[in-house]
Amino acid sequence: MHVTFSAAELAFQDEIRAFFRDEIPDDIREKQNQGIELLPEDQVRWQQLLHKKGWAGINWPVEYGGTGWTPVQKYIFATEEANANAPVIVPFGLSMVGPVIYTFGSEAQKKRFLPDILASKVWWCQGYSEPGSGSDLASLSTRADLVGNHFVVNGTKTWTTLGQHADWIFCLVRTNTDVARKQEGISFILIDMKSPGVSVKPIILLDGKHEVNEIHFDNVEVPVENLVGEEGKGWTYGKVLLQHERANIAGVARSTYRLRRLRKQVETAVRGATPLKNDRNFMRRLAAVEVDLKALEFTELRTLAAVSSGKAPGPESSILKVKGTEIQQAIDMLYLQASGYYALPYVPDQYQPDFADEYVGEKTETLSSLRYFNYRKASIYGGSNEIQKNIIAKHVLGL
Amino acid sequence: MDFSLNEVQEMLADSIDKFIDNEYAFDTRQKYADSEPGFSADVWSTFAELGWTAVPFSEDDGGFDGDQVDLMVIMQRFGRGLVVEPYLANVVLAGGVLKRTGNAEQKQQWLQPIIGGELQASLAFTEPQARYDRANIATRASADGDNWVLNGAKGFVINGGTSDLIIVPARTSGEQSDERGISLFAVPTDATGVSLNAYRTIDGLRAAELVLDDVRVDAKAVLGNVDSGFEALDATIDDATLAICAEAVGIMQVLKDKTIEYSKSRSQFGVPIGSFQALQHRMVDMLTACEQAQSLLMWAAMTCAASESDAKRAVSSIKYLVGTAGQTLGEEAVQIHGGMGVTWELDVAHYFKRLTAIGQLFGNSDWHLDKLAA
Repeated sequence: MHVTFSAAELAFQDEIRAFFRDEIPDDIREKQNQGIELLPEDQVRWQQLLHKKGWAGINWPVEYGGTGWTPVQKYIFATEEANANAPVIVPFGLSMVGPVIYTFGSEAQKKRFLPDILASKVWWCQGYSEPGSGSDLASLSTRADLVGNHFVVNGTKTWTTLGQHADWIFCLVRTNTDVARKQEGISFILIDMKSPGVSVKPIILLDGKHEVNEIHFDNVEVPVENLVGEEGKGWTYGKVLLQHERANIAGVARSTYRLRRLRKQVETAVRGATPLKNDRNFMRRLAAVEVDLKALEFTELRTLAAVSSGKAPGPESSILKVKGTEIQQAIDMLYLQASGYYALPYVPDQYQPDFADEYVGEKTETLSSLRYFNYRKASIYGGSNEIQKNIIAKHVLGL
Repeated sequence: MDFSLNEVQEMLADSIDKFIDNEYAFDTRQKYADSEPGFSADVWSTFAELGWTAVPFSEDDGGFDGDQVDLMVIMQRFGRGLVVEPYLANVVLAGGVLKRTGNAEQKQQWLQPIIGGELQASLAFTEPQARYDRANIATRASADGDNWVLNGAKGFVINGGTSDLIIVPARTSGEQSDERGISLFAVPTDATGVSLNAYRTIDGLRAAELVLDDVRVDAKAVLGNVDSGFEALDATIDDATLAICAEAVGIMQVLKDKTIEYSKSRSQFGVPIGSFQALQHRMVDMLTACEQAQSLLMWAAMTCAASESDAKRAVSSIKYLVGTAGQTLGEEAVQIHGGMGVTWELDVAHYFKRLTAIGQLFGNSDWHLDKLAA
């Protein structure tokens, strides 16, 4: 039993660390450190730098242009990426639809879509939830009716993150309503957002930001070759994708980085106040979250070690999403509390790239509440934490 | 990175598992706990014969060179079996001080028979007024020629009533809570002036209050250097803390498994109670607590075994988690067992009581969180 890295893994860590130290463009690094929102073109620029290095497809097999890294290498990468406060990779292409296409797609689809996903040339978004289908996703009612060599799509998708920038959307749609179980008759299709009949309506979240959208499909014609895999198997493919999604949202490395930064921050006196380090209650809360996170880090490592040695991950893997998001939210609350009155000014423009007015509060203080509000989403998306517990109760505990 | 046990650990784990499964049923455990001296002397001899009592000692001392990971392997299984035999008192506490401080002669005299299962020993790690402050020692040892004379009181000496030897930290200089000025004495319990008030504890185990009234020992009873005993005392209590945390994680896993099993077999309203979502999510929380505790325990054991700089943080972290998430898990196990959960008859209550006792030992969760918050 040990958690030391091999010599090869240490060399790999050096290489990754050097990359993040040297290759994040200065303007992007500055934005990240100031909490300034990245423009879509910043995201694309950063992902293309990763692609140039061959590191865009972190989870992808080599044959599709991925890294082919071991679980330990992926862990090292995620840790260094977080420590460098590098931009979070937009997951919809690289982490979500990419794996579905290379696992279930046709050769033509792989050729057509995968290279552009790796190169961040196409912005993808996700069409899963509907206004009437949240936790009960399989009840979805967006229809795709086969007419000649086209599907005709009608319905509404919602909570579509960054859909306002998207070129393409991957959707779960109902291609057959005459089924015994609602999970049947669902298909996975790819839709060009420029198709006639697609419209995007912004939804403003509680922090005032336009992050998600409602997407309407009004007699949208989709060529039949945009169906991924078999008709009616979409539920199965979608679940595979959700597993990819859930594995990535524990966010242990990012949380560790944020707590370490907070530990440093509490040592300094802000505006001449007593350093927060002297506030016993605050420090106890901070320490308690640190304990939980350290435990989760090792839960994740145990999962990685199992996967590395070819075993299926044990029950420990199933708790990653629930616990990971709970910890993220606890850290958000710590930052909010650390900001005192300066959590309250609602000055979101300060975090826009072109802000030139007078700045309120110390660096990122007023961001703490916006982040706290925004990340209430974490225990809701990707299958709410209650749904996760249903899944664990059924499949792990056998209840 | 590797979380698997090595070959020796696998064998050790396997032999303890077999022992618990085949020879240590809950009823048997209760019988041993109710007997005098509160455990089975035969079982204790078996532990020694199988070499379990030798694990954390160096090969020079007749041990297996085991580290904190090995200790974890043992104690987690003892937790599963709710073992009452005095492994903590003898091997971890008394043995822990002796291995760190004893000279060859002292080890020969006391450590060897502990490993052999022939001598019962313990450590007087606290005093009635000290609460969790390990350096708060009012018991005094005064030099009288080549001899030392000990006066004072010690609280909660684990298995003190059945110990032949108790290691007594006493103040030889300094103020009452100074780390400097603490010396360690090996005191035979048949020495004149030693009195023990032994009692049962809530978890079915035994402890004693110890009073030292002009107890005279010679220079050979001093373990390590005079005035410099705190470091060994502190390190030993850290090991003991980790050990009972491993025991607690073993207990947590049993409570989780028994609760899930019970919820599948107990029917109300015509269906198994495990089909109720209100209970399902709570049992998922129990699973989460178990996995998190197991993960943190492994980190803590590996960190201590590697003597890394955050070893103390690691010990406090797992003790805090066991005392909070672990305690909650125990309460939930009782709750979901309903009326049966609060009976003496059912094993669940006894696992819960041991878990509760562990929460109070060597610093409760508040005390350890304070260390982490500093």
